[in-house]
Amino acid sequence: MGQEIILEMNHISKSFPGVKALDDVSFHVRRGTVHALMGENGAGKSTLMKCLFGIYLPDDGEIILEGKKMDFHNPKDALNAGISMIHQELQPIPYRSIAENLWIGRYPIIKIANIPVMVDAKKMRDMSTDLLSRVRLNANPDTKLKDLSVSQIQSIEIAKAISYNAKIIIMDEPTSSLTQAEVTQLFEIINELRNQGVSIIYISHKMEEILRISDEVTIMRDGRYIGTYLSSELTMDLIITKMVGRELTNLYPPKNNVPGDVVFEVKNFTSPNPRSFKDVSFDLRKGEILGIGGLVGAQRTELVEGIFGIRASSFGEVKLNGKTLKINHPRDAIRKGISLLTEDRRGSGIFGVLSVRDNVSVASLDDYVDFHIKLNNRKLNALAEDNIRKLSIKTPSTKTKIQSLSGGNQQKVIISRWLARDPEIFILDEPTRGIDVGAKYEIYSIMVSLARAGKSVIMISSEMPELLGMSDRILVMCEGKLSGIVEGKDANQEKIMELATKYM
Amino acid sequence: MSTRKMKLDSSNIKNRMIENAMYIILITMVIVVTILRPKFLSLGNFQNILMNSSVRLIIALGVSGALITRGTDLSAGRIVGVGAVIAGTLLQRPDYAAKFFPNFPDTPVWMILLLAMVITMLIGLINGLVIAYLHVPPFIATLGMQSIVYGLAQVYTRNEPIGGLKVELTSIATGRVFGIPNLAIIALIVIAFMWFILNMTKFGKYIYAIGGNEVAAEVAGVNVTFTKIRVYALAGLLYGLAGVLMAAKSGGATANYGIGYELEAIAACTIGGVSTAGGVGTIGGIVSGVLIFELLKTALQFLGVTPDLQYVAIGLVIVAAVAIDIRKYLAKK
Repeated sequence: MGQEIILEMNHISKSFPGVKALDDVSFHVRRGTVHALMGENGAGKSTLMKCLFGIYLPDDGEIILEGKKMDFHNPKDALNAGISMIHQELQPIPYRSIAENLWIGRYPIIKIANIPVMVDAKKMRDMSTDLLSRVRLNANPDTKLKDLSVSQIQSIEIAKAISYNAKIIIMDEPTSSLTQAEVTQLFEIINELRNQGVSIIYISHKMEEILRISDEVTIMRDGRYIGTYLSSELTMDLIITKMVGRELTNLYPPKNNVPGDVVFEVKNFTSPNPRSFKDVSFDLRKGEILGIGGLVGAQRTELVEGIFGIRASSFGEVKLNGKTLKINHPRDAIRKGISLLTEDRRGSGIFGVLSVRDNVSVASLDDYVDFHIKLNNRKLNALAEDNIRKLSIKTPSTKTKIQSLSGGNQQKVIISRWLARDPEIFILDEPTRGIDVGAKYEIYSIMVSLARAGKSVIMISSEMPELLGMSDRILVMCEGKLSGIVEGKDANQEKIMELATKYM
Repeated sequence: MSTRKMKLDSSNIKNRMIENAMYIILITMVIVVTILRPKFLSLGNFQNILMNSSVRLIIALGVSGALITRGTDLSAGRIVGVGAVIAGTLLQRPDYAAKFFPNFPDTPVWMILLLAMVITMLIGLINGLVIAYLHVPPFIATLGMQSIVYGLAQVYTRNEPIGGLKVELTSIATGRVFGIPNLAIIALIVIAFMWFILNMTKFGKYIYAIGGNEVAAEVAGVNVTFTKIRVYALAGLLYGLAGVLMAAKSGGATANYGIGYELEAIAACTIGGVSTAGGVGTIGGIVSGVLIFELLKTALQFLGVTPDLQYVAIGLVIVAAVAIDIRKYLAKK
């Protein structure tokens, strides 16, 4: 590591009412390196980056960029100083062109007699073409953003960062919705930027990726700086130990569930959308955890949402305990004893402004009605308190708004919502996405204990170790088709990847 | 270190003030006006304010369901007008010379009240059907209904003002029980009813759930379509009641009754903390919102502000109140 240090964040502290989010954190980044920032949710990574990007003002500490002390009051200050941030949730303007998205707020202007008259569309297009080639995106700058894929939009964001002559680019979970091929392409772009002397601050939970792409890793825990290490000297176990602060001997709970007879059958299930899932058949046993693997875009979410009735009028048959189910709406599925934890927690899971209690009880209010009309609020409260205790949900009270909880605790609240229904079939779509290691383990334990109690679990996961570690059988999809079902004990990474790319 | 602590304390006070901004405004207003015009704090004036706010409160409670589900109801005021003209045309004194329906038999008030409420509920139901089934945005659906209903009310009344209402009707508005105006008692019953619905029933929980996250509500098995239809139908029912009470209060009716009341109701709800982003709003907030609004108007009258300038002041207060109130929800830097 001979490169000079380009950025120093020294002794940064930041408090919010009731919480010390950052406590004397120091963070140094070298020129032309990829520096990973790791930690569990709530460790303070995002807060630190928001301080760097001028979204938050630190209470204490200093930021030094290329030897000069900086004082960022808003993102614009940071951008002008050469720091760009690519957010996890991209913020494109869908109905505007690539060129406009790139140059918004700083359009090249044609001036007549020094009076700005109009946007120089040609210049803007030329500059855009130049930028696009630097991120290897072969697209017409006039294309509207809505017609691009997530990874292409991300490339646009990177191009935008480059256009600010960024010396430092912060990437927050950049691969969370990319396919394997797209990740590889992103890494090529990152490598190129690194060779050009740009520093990348890379935030991710995915350890394989971090070990693959980063030069250095800084680990944070509970708002404190734990240490900075050379990636070449780190292993996954070491990272986890430092992130969690204790030895995590097992990533997965012991699997002591015993699959029994078939209870749930899906036959020739086909979406009305020709580009979605087709002719999928599988069965599910009592007490079984069935993993569903595949690449992003394999239509796994669409499949389970089809079964659950979110996407109506799929063709084919779904049978529970030998009886054919007619499901046109999630209500129908729920009544029959099926639950679905959706992939998009914020979009279709939580009611952000509502209390933990209301979030837990919303799907089972029918069971708490007295005299056909009045809700028994005392029992509803007890239900919430019960689940808070059983799932060790960290919340100040049952009245707390769910949006103020961490991702892992929000997830547990929604799991409670479905446990309250006592479902026979529990489908979990990416249940541990964006959740820290400790909470992951707890969610796995819940799944195993459900299976032990004779319930059946379906888990979609894009994390290979999780699929292998948790599933009794793994169903793999590719391009909307079922490409194979593997017994858990015979499964390995290669086999699943092979099936996941079978029809490509 | 000590300066830091002081900073913390002062920001704490600031936060407290922002949390309770509405009540601070309310109390300040009463104090200032009372100092300038001592009569402001009289029983008569108090009763007056109560009576005026009662009808508006019922309308606001109707609109609030729509607002909490992230919708709105621009047809509220004109539906109130429908309720008023139904009561007006069907509850005239038998001996009144210019009777609208000369041959209409003398009917008990409660029957006509029920009829008016059923008709306005059906109008609200249509709003709900259009919004829930045809997926027309509530703003547009109810804007259309506003125009349709107004036109129909004008056709129905032949654009004539209606007078000569029965004493049985008008006495509802003028009467008092132990000095409390009947209207206020009716408003209290509606408040209790709506409080029960919002806090103690599945329907109420679903209203908040839909406002909080409609997609998540659907996934959690909430019947979003049916709930929305019920919200607008219930609102229609309350508008009908409000319309009949308005006719009772003024002793007459025209199709122009209630015009613009939807905007006042929406403003009062917003002042009372009902979030236009959905999922947030309490009965207590709505009641204080309406009271603040009514107090403000009376205060301005007491201070001798001309009606024209009252509009300006009310507009300013709406924007200022919401600007302060919204600080509660803005992310703190």
